[in-house]
Amino acid sequence: MGFDRIGLQGLHEIIPFNTARAVHTNLLVVWLLTGFMGAAYYIIPEEAQCELISVRWAYIQLISLALVGVIAIVGFHFNHWEGRKFLEIPRELDYLVVVNVLLFLGLILGTLFKGRRKTTTALVLTMGLVFAALLYIPGMIWFDSQVMDSFFRWWVVHLWVEGVWELIMGGILSYLLIKLTGVDREVIEKWLYVIIGLTFLSGVLGTGHHYYYIGVNKIWLVVGGIFSALEPLAFLAMALFAVNMYRKGEKSHPNKLALFWTIGSAIVSFIGAGLLGFAHTLPQTNLYTHGTLVTAMHGHYAFWGAYAMIVLAIISYALPNLTGRKRYNNTIGNMAFWISNIGILGMTVAFGVAGVAQVYMERKLKMDFMDVQNEIAIHFVVLLICATMFTIGIGMYMYEFIKYGTPTDEALINDNQ
Amino acid sequence: MLSKSQARAFFLGGTVVTFLIFIVLTIYSFMPSNDQTNFKDIDKDVVRGKEIWESNNCMGCHSIMGEGGYYAPELTKVVDRRGEGYIKAVLMSPIPWAPKGRKMVAYKMSQEDADAMVAYFKWIGKINLNGFDRIVSPLAKDRITDQQKIK
Repeated sequence: MGFDRIGLQGLHEIIPFNTARAVHTNLLVVWLLTGFMGAAYYIIPEEAQCELISVRWAYIQLISLALVGVIAIVGFHFNHWEGRKFLEIPRELDYLVVVNVLLFLGLILGTLFKGRRKTTTALVLTMGLVFAALLYIPGMIWFDSQVMDSFFRWWVVHLWVEGVWELIMGGILSYLLIKLTGVDREVIEKWLYVIIGLTFLSGVLGTGHHYYYIGVNKIWLVVGGIFSALEPLAFLAMALFAVNMYRKGEKSHPNKLALFWTIGSAIVSFIGAGLLGFAHTLPQTNLYTHGTLVTAMHGHYAFWGAYAMIVLAIISYALPNLTGRKRYNNTIGNMAFWISNIGILGMTVAFGVAGVAQVYMERKLKMDFMDVQNEIAIHFVVLLICATMFTIGIGMYMYEFIKYGTPTDEALINDNQ
Repeated sequence: MLSKSQARAFFLGGTVVTFLIFIVLTIYSFMPSNDQTNFKDIDKDVVRGKEIWESNNCMGCHSIMGEGGYYAPELTKVVDRRGEGYIKAVLMSPIPWAPKGRKMVAYKMSQEDADAMVAYFKWIGKINLNGFDRIVSPLAKDRITDQQKIK
């Protein structure tokens, strides 16, 4: 997509921009959901002190979800999709997603109810997953009106990303902080309630910032403006919470990589989702930035910080425990963290500069759309360089994951010694 | 200091109250007296236009009412800016349209489908977007102002 934007369109006939974009965003969503589900399969049995009720069905669920994802992506290349931003998976596959998610929830809820212990962390994580499933339904309804379509599409997209996914993030964060810092569970879970309380208090009515200029009542300018301005508070609380718990921690867990990803996630989500979101959330600003690359700036750093980093954090924590390989603090792992983070920060800055320039030229100076796009193309060269850096960082993470991702008896040998 | 049960009450209470307000505001927004979209003007051509819009994922490149891919031009009030003839020529073109270097997929639409797309864009163009339509399509605004001056 970056190459497309600088005029190198050699693949246009095979992969036009809208196909590449649909693959990009849907892969993100499916990967994150898979990460959340994997985290739940790891966390819930431990929290509930009970084995997962059926590992075989969990494998079936994972494989079928992956298959639906692959079929959807292949379909995009043959012009088969729903064509609604972030919800491009065609409706017939939506029903399969529903069956799949019901199976997943059945396994998680079954384990939770069978378990000996029902912790706040497990309940919040499960509540997030149940709400995420319920909120998928409004996105499956057909509307003749584009306005109603957009309105209820945001019930899925916004209430996922700035609502229930934060519950999931909070649940995973809480679990990791309990494990990594050794701070008392009661203290961490109390603050977890406060944070998710702030999330819903601001995030639900904050949906209104998507309704300013799509053809619905002006009341959303007031409601959306006030409540979305409060949304950074939840992310600020999350960042302060994570850093404070780390400082308070009496236990020095050896898994430094998991700690980096965990604390990093809390801080970067505050900058990406909280601060960069606030930068264009007020109606007076959004009037000019709505529908420009300023949104892409916020979106990329927010998704990275809040969701991608927390998934990478739980993988970094769980993998050494699952494999018995104590790869807690190594050069490649550290480089993966820093290179990917510097890369995405550079991408965010490139999007931001391009977006602000676009706003001024297109919305203020009233220049033609394509003239502006040609003027800002240079920022996408910078973006491509930073994206290459980001890819190298992620490549290093994947190298570690694949090379050391299989179980070993190293732990057993060390224990015997 | 806040106890865990008070924190839970804050979470549950805040969530329930904000959800209820959200539902009430949603109902209020779609009351016929608050309609800003000329809902009654949605005919079968507009619906067909929306179907074509979605089935080709036009939103993956273009944006409409500010929502989309930010890769190709915003299409709110496009009929005012470009005229029906230009839009139909782009949609029916057998070769990729490439204004100022950026290629669009050649959809080779039939006359009927191109008409439906124009009907859809016309309906969108009449929606009251709380002022955004004047920012996003300055060419249309200027043109309308110029026409008014001539009159």
